[in-house]
Amino acid sequence: MDTMSLLMQGFAVALTPESIMFAVIGAILGTLIGALPGLGPANGVAILIPLAFSLGLSPTSSLILLTSVYAGAMYGGRISSILLNIPGDEPAMMTCLDGYPMALKGKAAEALAISAIASFIGSFIATIGLVILAPILAKFALKFGPSEYFALFALAFATLGGITGKNQFKTLMAAAIGLMIATVGIDISTGVQRFTYNTLELFEGVDFIIAIVGLFAISELLFFLERHAGDGLKQVAINKLKLSPKDIVKVLPASFRGAVLGFVAGVLPGAGASLGSFISYTLEKRVSDKGEFGKGDPRGVAAPEAGNNGAASGALVPMLTLGVPGSGTTAVLLAMLISLNISPGPMLFQQNADLVWGVIAAMFVGNLVLLLLNIPMVGIFVKLLSIPPKYLMPVVTLIASVGIYSVSHSALDLYFMVGFGVLGYIFRKVDIPLVPIILGMLLGPEMEKSLRHALVLSDGDWGVLFNSGLSIGLWIVAILGLVLPVIVGPIIRAKMKKSKDTVKDV
Amino acid sequence: MLNTISLKSVLITGAAALTIAGQAYAYEPARSAECIAPANPGGGWDFTCRSVGKVLVDQEYFKGNVQTVNMSGAGGGVAFAHTVSKRDKDDNLIVAASTATTTRLAQGQFPGMNSDQVKWVGTLGADYGIIAVGKDSKYTSLTQVIEALKKDPGAVKFAGGSASGGWDHLKVLMTAQKAHVEKLPKIRYLAFSGGSEALVQVVGGHVDAFTGDISEVKGFMDSGDLRVLAVLSEERLPAPFDTIPTAMEQGIDSVAPNWRGFYVPGNASADSYDWWVNTMNELYTTQEWKDIMTKNGLMPFHKSGAEFTQFVKNQTLDIKILSQDIGLIK
Repeated sequence: MDTMSLLMQGFAVALTPESIMFAVIGAILGTLIGALPGLGPANGVAILIPLAFSLGLSPTSSLILLTSVYAGAMYGGRISSILLNIPGDEPAMMTCLDGYPMALKGKAAEALAISAIASFIGSFIATIGLVILAPILAKFALKFGPSEYFALFALAFATLGGITGKNQFKTLMAAAIGLMIATVGIDISTGVQRFTYNTLELFEGVDFIIAIVGLFAISELLFFLERHAGDGLKQVAINKLKLSPKDIVKVLPASFRGAVLGFVAGVLPGAGASLGSFISYTLEKRVSDKGEFGKGDPRGVAAPEAGNNGAASGALVPMLTLGVPGSGTTAVLLAMLISLNISPGPMLFQQNADLVWGVIAAMFVGNLVLLLLNIPMVGIFVKLLSIPPKYLMPVVTLIASVGIYSVSHSALDLYFMVGFGVLGYIFRKVDIPLVPIILGMLLGPEMEKSLRHALVLSDGDWGVLFNSGLSIGLWIVAILGLVLPVIVGPIIRAKMKKSKDTVKDV
Repeated sequence: MLNTISLKSVLITGAAALTIAGQAYAYEPARSAECIAPANPGGGWDFTCRSVGKVLVDQEYFKGNVQTVNMSGAGGGVAFAHTVSKRDKDDNLIVAASTATTTRLAQGQFPGMNSDQVKWVGTLGADYGIIAVGKDSKYTSLTQVIEALKKDPGAVKFAGGSASGGWDHLKVLMTAQKAHVEKLPKIRYLAFSGGSEALVQVVGGHVDAFTGDISEVKGFMDSGDLRVLAVLSEERLPAPFDTIPTAMEQGIDSVAPNWRGFYVPGNASADSYDWWVNTMNELYTTQEWKDIMTKNGLMPFHKSGAEFTQFVKNQTLDIKILSQDIGLIK
C-alpha cells in the first residue's frame, strides 16, 4: 500500500516532460550502443556518464538517462545477435542461437519483433519484482552490521568470476588491480594518506568515473583505431513483418518464465545477466518437449531475451538497497551515484525517495518507449548499424573528454583518463576482464572499512565475522559462488559454445 | 544567550551602515562571478555555491550569473591550492568553505598551506552538531554517556560520517574533553563515508552512538528510531528541534557549529573584499535566504569580515591543539 503511493509519486516525477525526454534519449542511445557489435551496456553507460556530467543534469535526470541507456542496450544487444550473429555483449549470445537461424529463414523481422516483446515482458516483470523486493530488502538491510557487510562483499568478489568468467586467474588478477588502485588516497579509518606522494589530486583517491570512462570508452576508441575504422558489417536483409497475435501468444509462456528466472539471477550479486539469459534458454529447451531449438524456434529467442532484460532490472535491487552491484553495469551506475554524493543503501529509500521511485517509475516508462521504438522503428536502428565508426568514435571521445573535465576542472584527470584508456586497451588485448577492476575499486575500500569496523566493535575478536546467522549464510553462498563456477563453469561454457557452433553450421 | 543576540543586532546595524556606504565603493562587480564548490555536485559545498549564487542573481547583485564550478579533491585542498596559486588576485571569485576546511587547515592536511593565504568573507548559517543513540539504547542523556566514558573510554562506540580526525570525530572528542573524560585517544570512533551510512549502523543497533549534524537526523528522529541526546549549540534550536536539550543544559560546555561560508583569494583587492562582506551581510537578511535556510535545516549563524577572520583563526588553533592533545597530529 505504502509502496503503491510511493510508486505513484515516482510516476509524478517520471512523467514530467524533462524525465520523459531523458528516458526517450536514453532509450534511443542505449539501443544504438547495444546494437553495435562489441559494445555492451557497461560500455554504453560508461560512455554516456560524461554526457550526464557535462550537461550538468540533476541526479534524478542523470539516473533516468543512464538506466534507460542500460535498458536500451539490453534491447539493442539482440539486433546484432539476430542480424549479424555477433552478440553485442555476452548476455545477448544466447539470442544468436535461434535468432540468427530465424533471420536466415527470412524471418528476421519476426525475430526482432518477438525479441522486443520478450524484452519488454522481461523488463516489465522484473521491474515489478524490483518494486516489491527493494523496499523489503531496504528494511532488511538494517540488519547488516559491519561483519555482515564484510561477508556480503566477500560474496560479491567470490561470485565475480561467475559462470561466464573466462579465466578465473585473470579475473582474480583484475580484481587485485582494482583493489590496489583503491588503496590510493586517504584511509578514513586512521586519517592517513596512502600512496599520494603529497599530490593533492590524489588525496581522495583515484576517481572511479575517470577509471571507468578510460577503461571502457577510451580503450574502445583505441580498438576502433586498430581496426582502421572499418566499414559497416554485412547483415541479413530484413523482410516485411508478418506477426499474428497467435505467434505472440505462443511465446508468452517462454517470456514469462525467462523474466522470472532472469530477475532471480540478476538479484544475486555477481551472477548477472549472462546467467539469466543462459538459464532461461536451457530451461525453455527442457520445458518445451518438442520444438526446433537451435534452428530458429521463436521461443528460443523469447526466453533468453526476457531473461537478460529481467536480470538487468534484478541487478538493480542489491545495488540500490545494499550498495553492492549485481553486475558490471550496475557497478558503473553505482560509481555514478557515489559521484553525485548519493549513497545507496537503506537510507536512499528514506532520504531520496523521490529519486529512487522516480527512477523505478521511469523504468516502466522507458520500457514502454523501448517497445514502441523497437517494433516500428527497428529499421532505423538497423541502418545505424552501418554507420562507419569513423564518425561515431570521435563523438564518443569528445563527450568523454568534456564530461571528465567538467567534473573537477583538472587537466590531470584527462591524463588519467587517457592512461586508463591505454591500460584498458592492454588488458583487453590480454583478455583481462575490466569489470572486476571496477568492482575492486568500488568495493575494496568498503570491504576494508567493514572489516576494521567489525574488529573495532568486537575489540579485536575475529570471531565477530561469523557471529550471526546472516553472516554465516552469506559466507556459505560466497564459498558456493567461488567453488561452483570452477566445477560447473567449464561444462556450461562448453555447452554454450557447442550450441553456437551448431548454429554456425546451419 | 544575550551575547548572541546583541552580536546579531550589532551585525545587522553594521550591515545597514555598510549598505549606505556601499554606494561609494571603488569596486564594481563584474557582470558575472564564479563560485568554486570544492567537491562533486550534490554535497554541502555544492549546495552553498548554488543556493547563494541563485540568491545573488535573484537579488540583482549580478546582471549575468554566478557560475558554480565543482573542483573536487583533497577535501577542498585542490580548490584551496588553485585559489592561492592561480587566482590570487581574482576579485570575482568566491570559494565555499565550512568547518571541514578549517579542520583540514588546522591538521596540516593541505600541505604547505594555511588560513592566512586567503581572505575569509563570512558565514551564512550553520548546521549544529548532535550526539544521538538508537531507540533501544540504554542511554537517555548525554550525561550518562559521559559517565560511561569516564569509567571506560572504550565503553561507547561512536559512528560518524567523516574520516578519523575529521569534524564528526572531533565533536565527540571536544565534548568528552569539556566533560573532563580522560584518555581521549581511547574513545572508539568508526569512520563512514557519509552521515547516512553511519546513521543506519546506529539505528540498526550495530554501533552505540551517532555523531553528526542536526540536518542529517530529521528522518530517523521523526520515525522514532533515533534518540538525540544533545545538540551542541549555545541555545536550543527552533522547532521542530526545540525538544532536544543542549549539551550546555546538561553541564557540558560543548558547542560545535558546522558553519557554511566563503573565502576569497588572498590578494583580491580590499575594495572587492569589502563588497563581498557587505553583500553577504545583506544577503543573510533577505527573506529568500531565510527560506532556503529553513528548507535545508540551516540554523542562524552569521559572522563576517574581521570577526569571521578572527573566528577562523581561533577555530583553527583550537582544532590544532585538540588534535595534538589526542595524538592525531604531531
